[in-house]
Amino acid sequence: MKPIFLSCALLIEQLSIAAQAETVIVTLEKDNALAIVDPSEGKLIKTVDIGQRPRGIALGPENKYLYVAVSDDNEIKIIDAESYKLVGQLPSGEDPETFALSPAGGRLYVSNEDDHLVTVIDVKAKKAIAQIKVGIEPEGIAVSNDNKWVASASETTNMVHWIDIKTNQIVDNTLVDARPRAVSFTADNAQLWVTSEMAGTLTILDVATKKPIKKIKLNIAGLSADKIQPVGVVIDRERRWGYVAIGPANRVAVINAQTLEVEKFLLVGQRVWNLAFSPDQKRLYTTNGRSNDVSIIDLENYEVVKSVAVGRFPWGIVSKP
Amino acid sequence: MNAIHYWRAMCGIVGRELWRFVTQRERFISALVRPLVWLFIFAAGFRAALGLAITPPYETYILYEVYITPGLMGMIQLFNGMQSSLSMVYDREMGSMRILMVCPLPRWFLLLSKLIAGVAVSVLQVYVFLIIAWFYDIKAPWEGYLYVLPALLLSGAMLGALGLLLSSFIKQLESFAGVMNFVIFPMFFMSTALYPLWKMKESSVWLHHFASVNPFSQAVELIRFSLYGRFNEYAFIYTLAAFIIFMIVAVLGYNPSKGMMMKKGGR
Repeated sequence: MKPIFLSCALLIEQLSIAAQAETVIVTLEKDNALAIVDPSEGKLIKTVDIGQRPRGIALGPENKYLYVAVSDDNEIKIIDAESYKLVGQLPSGEDPETFALSPAGGRLYVSNEDDHLVTVIDVKAKKAIAQIKVGIEPEGIAVSNDNKWVASASETTNMVHWIDIKTNQIVDNTLVDARPRAVSFTADNAQLWVTSEMAGTLTILDVATKKPIKKIKLNIAGLSADKIQPVGVVIDRERRWGYVAIGPANRVAVINAQTLEVEKFLLVGQRVWNLAFSPDQKRLYTTNGRSNDVSIIDLENYEVVKSVAVGRFPWGIVSKP
Repeated sequence: MNAIHYWRAMCGIVGRELWRFVTQRERFISALVRPLVWLFIFAAGFRAALGLAITPPYETYILYEVYITPGLMGMIQLFNGMQSSLSMVYDREMGSMRILMVCPLPRWFLLLSKLIAGVAVSVLQVYVFLIIAWFYDIKAPWEGYLYVLPALLLSGAMLGALGLLLSSFIKQLESFAGVMNFVIFPMFFMSTALYPLWKMKESSVWLHHFASVNPFSQAVELIRFSLYGRFNEYAFIYTLAAFIIFMIVAVLGYNPSKGMMMKKGGR
């Protein structure tokens, strides 16, 4: 009886571990692959070849498919999120780098940096249905959670373009600091956070008025201003904390999303580029482009617990349960 | 002679050393100020200049302050070992050493008691330093504070034994400056306390070589690994071996019929 009981207990334990298991998927720009990481063990599980120069990555609804911008193949690949097998392609236009998926997963908005366009793709039909002329070198792009707005940031025009999803037209523009790189809506769709790489600032825009609420100049004692190049930005669901990856400063800024003040800087790997929350938002994962690793930050203690080597030039990152 | 006598003698020696330490407030403060100056000024200045790749026992990137902390813990013990050596020379000059040495207990036991007293003082200093470092946001896993205790006892004993050994060679108090120049500084700077071994190899192969054979490096690595809940077997064996060798030489050095005492005219 005892062995049966023990084996049952073991099975339940294993099942619960499997249920808790979480996977982090990283695009490796130079290795032309996806790195699959087990963050609880802090280990690289495997790498999967994907195509030439993968960069932007997003997870579709119900975590079924991964969408990966494979820049030098000039397409967005649809990958099965379980088997990591290719299931389709989307026509992204040339050199896709960043893109955003609508909340329901029906539309995909791609920044075409060289053509100064945002291409709207119908995911189901796998067709481009519109092209919107934006400023020079569009880069950061995000869709609001209420599916009303697409915010597209142009690196050279230093502008955020507000695209109405219903009409696919720009209805407003907001001037921001030099070289805006990434944009992110808060979960309540009230604010848009914009990082400016050259200026070393984070601008928080009010979605209703499209005007800046606050500009935060990021400064780290002991580091020269040229090292402060904010890129990736994420904000938690409750809008309590926001996080900004500061590129060659090798740090992530922890920002109180209520007071809009920087609370802390956390040291991660070199040239930290993009950020992703764990599904429960208790951890934050960073891609460190130059040190070829992913740092795992425990958000309960604000502590970087581990950096895991993943492969050359990690760029985009997502996590799934 | 029974165990009670041994116990009383040890209590007397350790108690005297602790009492000295507690009452000499300047000594307590200066023992803490030294590593804190290194931590707050030196390490803070180098924070941006030195990028550290992930080296065990660290699992991620660390600030220079975090790296240097175990080295400064070692520094506290190194200076403490030398301080005991200085106080031995002082005791000898003042004559109180003679009182100790005429005690009808084996000489090795008296020296060992003296050593334990020094280690107790250094461990106390290290923990006070760790508390201050904790407020400066240099935190180790909580269990590390426990695991580091045996490492501190061994490293403290090894450095204390080195101090005893040196004190048996030093003729008078004035020669102590030489100890600073020829022992403390080279030991500290040619070690992994300030820079990791791989970093030294980049600039000088010789420096790397000296640092890797320096017992102080191994003591620092033993402390570093223990503070992060890991056991560094090589560093442990190296430090233990160094302790045994230093202690044997020190006991021999204090033997009036064989050691250096002969040269000091029976002092």
